[in-house]
Amino acid sequence: MDILTMFDYSFMRMAFLAILIITPLFGLLGTMIVNKKMAYFSDALGHSALTGIAVGVICGMHDTTLSMILFAIVFALLLNWINAKAFASTDTVISVFSSCAIAIGLAILSRGGSFSQYSGILVGDVLSITMPEVTGLFVVFIITIIFYLICYNAISAIAVSPILARSRHIRVYLLESLFSVLVAVIVTVSIKWVGILIINALLILPAASARNVSQNARSYSAYAVIFAMFSGIVGLFVSYFTNVATGPMIVIIASAIYFGTLLRPFRDA
Amino acid sequence: MKKIIKACGFHCIKVNHLGVSFGEQVVLEDVNLHVHCNSLMAIVGKNGAGKSTLVRALLGDVPYTGNIEFRDTKDGHMEKLKIGYVPQKLNVDKNTPLSVYDLIASYQFRFPIFLAKRRNLYQQIKEALAVFEAEDLIDRQVCNLSGGQMQRVLLSMAFMDEPHLLLLDEPVSGVDQTGMDLFYKTITRIKEQYDLAIILISHDMDYVRKYADQVVLLDKTVLASGTPHELYARPEFIAIFGEHAGGAQTVAHETHSRPIVEYKPYDASYHGKGGTK
Repeated sequence: MDILTMFDYSFMRMAFLAILIITPLFGLLGTMIVNKKMAYFSDALGHSALTGIAVGVICGMHDTTLSMILFAIVFALLLNWINAKAFASTDTVISVFSSCAIAIGLAILSRGGSFSQYSGILVGDVLSITMPEVTGLFVVFIITIIFYLICYNAISAIAVSPILARSRHIRVYLLESLFSVLVAVIVTVSIKWVGILIINALLILPAASARNVSQNARSYSAYAVIFAMFSGIVGLFVSYFTNVATGPMIVIIASAIYFGTLLRPFRDA
Repeated sequence: MKKIIKACGFHCIKVNHLGVSFGEQVVLEDVNLHVHCNSLMAIVGKNGAGKSTLVRALLGDVPYTGNIEFRDTKDGHMEKLKIGYVPQKLNVDKNTPLSVYDLIASYQFRFPIFLAKRRNLYQQIKEALAVFEAEDLIDRQVCNLSGGQMQRVLLSMAFMDEPHLLLLDEPVSGVDQTGMDLFYKTITRIKEQYDLAIILISHDMDYVRKYADQVVLLDKTVLASGTPHELYARPEFIAIFGEHAGGAQTVAHETHSRPIVEYKPYDASYHGKGGTK
């Protein structure tokens, strides 16, 4: 069987391109999300996509991507603000807002028993991606790289000690808000292809695996990107030949890598 | 901060009528401090006396009333105060892939730490670490440092900015007796050799008595201040810490002082997100 026959289909070529953009993006972003202990935050953002769609539907928008992105940005800024005000512990606050948002989203979308037309977004379908959408992803990718080049040090410094960062005149609140918005945008623009249920796994798993095998910031990012891309590419191939949804297959492979990195020979490296 | 042979004593830092309130709750009011370069001021007080809030106010992390001035008393001109801060602890989990180089470079330089190790930055950081005999730690993972090693790294970093004021926030937790002695000796050496003032938030009255030039007893405001000898005899001090707090003469008290604790990786229980604490 010739493995390259899958590229005879244009949707497979598009999917492959999308994977080549999404996975390194998620790998890089994940390293900082894990450092900043924001795993739960990004999960909540993914779930808020449903509400974003619902808002779009209510406003009669044809393309709900924009309403999703706008809602996620507002949601991210709101969470960040509440978090800084510290009314309650972070995970409680996120949980309250996330459940509330999902409930509203589900309530609106299930009006008249029509939720099934939106259920695709729960699992996502990378094979349905089109060229303009791949271009959009690429733009987000470039923005992320630029943001990382400028702000990575400061955000890492904030993760290590916010007060020490502030003593060095780093603008903690601004940078945390910017980073939250970036995560919100990336999660929402990718959610159609990755799916609400597993998008967080794709963000967290490569970084979590990379932590097990690296000692410094450079190897951390490099491993995260390599693990993410490997899972993405292999997941796409395997899903093509086994006729399984691509997103879940990628996550299964990323999980296998994670458990592999827990084995001793790698840990003592 | 310049390395000097002789104390200059001409710079001074004054905190005037500093007050901090969170909503209705007044945490600090009318705090006045005066510290000169080449001197070590210790701030003591019971838990909840506002010590950490004072640190945050000095760093500009919380809004405050009153003002903080830094003056060259030789010609009276004012300068912008640079503070080298050594925090109580870092928010670094076990297994975090962050080396000492990464830690310092992230605060000190713009070149992104996830890209590559720059030789000239590496050299600069190594030299800064060498001041505190910590240059061998440069490639170690931050989460695997002992309390004492962590302090030397943080001190090195605080020093890179050439601060006028070194602000140390309870830096002695999780450090054994030998480490504590070493730490205070290092602080004394800095005080004598460099042109800067030191403010130390401390819990250990024995060390304060031995090393501080001036002690301030804080409880919402400055209750009393003076040399350790003077302050430890004051009724305000005795009311809070008891008669023998600064004594250290008795064997019983020696054992009461900070126990030797086993090395454990840096406390990661702190969920410090910006401003949640």
